[in-house]
Amino acid sequence: MKTSKWKIFTNGIFKENPVLILLLGCCSVLAISVTVSGALGMGAALTFVLVCSNIVVSLLRKIIPDKVRIPCFIVVIATFVTLVEMIVHAFLPALYESLGIFLSLIVVNCIVLGRAEMFASKNGVFDSLLDGLGMGIGYTIVIGGIAVIRELVGSGTLLGARIIPEGYQIGIITQTPGGFFMFGAAIALLVWALGKKGKKFDPRIGCDGCCGNCNLGCDNKEDNAKAQAVIAKEAEAK
Amino acid sequence: MSQLALGVSPHLRSNRTTQKVMLDVIIALVPALIASVIFFGVGALIRVVISAAFCVFFEWGWEKLMKTPVTVCDLSAVVTGILIAYNVPSGMPVWQLIVGDFCAIIGVKMLFGGLGCNFMNPALVGRIVMMFSFTTSMTSYKYIGTLDALSSATPLGAGTLGWDSFLTLFLGNHAGVLGETSALAILIGGIYLCVRKVIKPIIPLCYLGSLALFSWIFGGSTPILSIFMGGAMLGAWFMATDYVTSPFTNKGKVIFGLGCGFVTAAIRVFGNYAEGVTFAILLMNLFVPYINNGTRSKPLGGVTEK
Repeated sequence: MKTSKWKIFTNGIFKENPVLILLLGCCSVLAISVTVSGALGMGAALTFVLVCSNIVVSLLRKIIPDKVRIPCFIVVIATFVTLVEMIVHAFLPALYESLGIFLSLIVVNCIVLGRAEMFASKNGVFDSLLDGLGMGIGYTIVIGGIAVIRELVGSGTLLGARIIPEGYQIGIITQTPGGFFMFGAAIALLVWALGKKGKKFDPRIGCDGCCGNCNLGCDNKEDNAKAQAVIAKEAEAK
Repeated sequence: MSQLALGVSPHLRSNRTTQKVMLDVIIALVPALIASVIFFGVGALIRVVISAAFCVFFEWGWEKLMKTPVTVCDLSAVVTGILIAYNVPSGMPVWQLIVGDFCAIIGVKMLFGGLGCNFMNPALVGRIVMMFSFTTSMTSYKYIGTLDALSSATPLGAGTLGWDSFLTLFLGNHAGVLGETSALAILIGGIYLCVRKVIKPIIPLCYLGSLALFSWIFGGSTPILSIFMGGAMLGAWFMATDYVTSPFTNKGKVIFGLGCGFVTAAIRVFGNYAEGVTFAILLMNLFVPYINNGTRSKPLGGVTEK
């Protein structure tokens, strides 16, 4: 199946949006989307790591043995996360403070690992670059969009500048329940926007039956069954 | 096939409609409204009216927007609005009250499919949202005492209480939110509801009974006083008995009431918050489907599933 370069790029922004459709990396979205500046910083950091790790994983995809691929991906990802962490710590200490532990936690961010497993390990370098860029931008748009509303309504500011006068804030939006509510509303909005006339959007469309650890519950269990058979055979051989 | 009306039994018809039931609830809420106007002034009445009006408006607006049948005539939104207003202090800014109305009607009721589909009591969620968002205005209780308006802690926050304060608590001449202060007024409304057979007294009695019992066991306040303090009365008679979010079997109602009382007492004695009624009822709301399944009576001659 050959898809156009443009489609690969836009896939991550709409149809296979990592946060709202694949429901990956929700943790950082819920935690970091309180301020716009933090959200944009997080989005940029994640996009950088995603693009770099996708390129390297794609380059090494013929060399990495299948059995130990996950640890190899983690090593590649961790390298770039450490790089980003050091750069941010050195040049943007304020952002480093506000992101806190979530910057280092990009190592185990499902989006990065998920794209390495689902896309980069199966596709060429340029395609993987586009995929990483699209996914990163998709993530940034979502976290940024949620952050704009949360900061505006919850704190009355935008990028630190006061817009709504003091005393007219709805505090719950900046707290955890507000984060979950905004997240749910964003999912509903995207699914509604992607729906065709009279037809509801089915998130399973974007799935190509990889049957990794995705939670979309697709019908294509063939690959999974094959993998199970191989595992059973190996166990028998032992 | 489309001419066959398929519905859940019972198919008995009666004149009882949602509208009439809700009208009874509104009538039952009137004594508490009168009491709150006496203790808190006209501001109480204004807030109740505004809150009810905005709840109806939000429901109507949502149904117009979604092009679904307009159901505001069943008066359930009015009841929700009144109950939300009963949960705020008399000095509450009106716009904050409207935010609570919005979260209750849109967030909990309409998004989940309207009346009958809400999984939690909308009025209580409205209260929680206001509590977390506007903590200062939700906890600055004001009341018109014998001299001037003054603000003080509710009896719940004040700590130790003697028996002499019983009458004050019972009549409601103390600080608190609009609808909760007068136990007498709420009791009149509750008895009216029972006489009109709108609610069965099982949940309120189990709730208040277990609240008194567990307050005594946990060593909190005097057992009898504990049920007259804070929102226990209002919660037990008007919030916990909400049809949608309470069990439909008698056995289930007992479990529900006991659970509410237990959690309320536990939060009051051990928790950070002075009042636990809201959290207790909302928590038990979440258990209602399981309580219903667990206490469903076996049909005559039916085979139990294993």
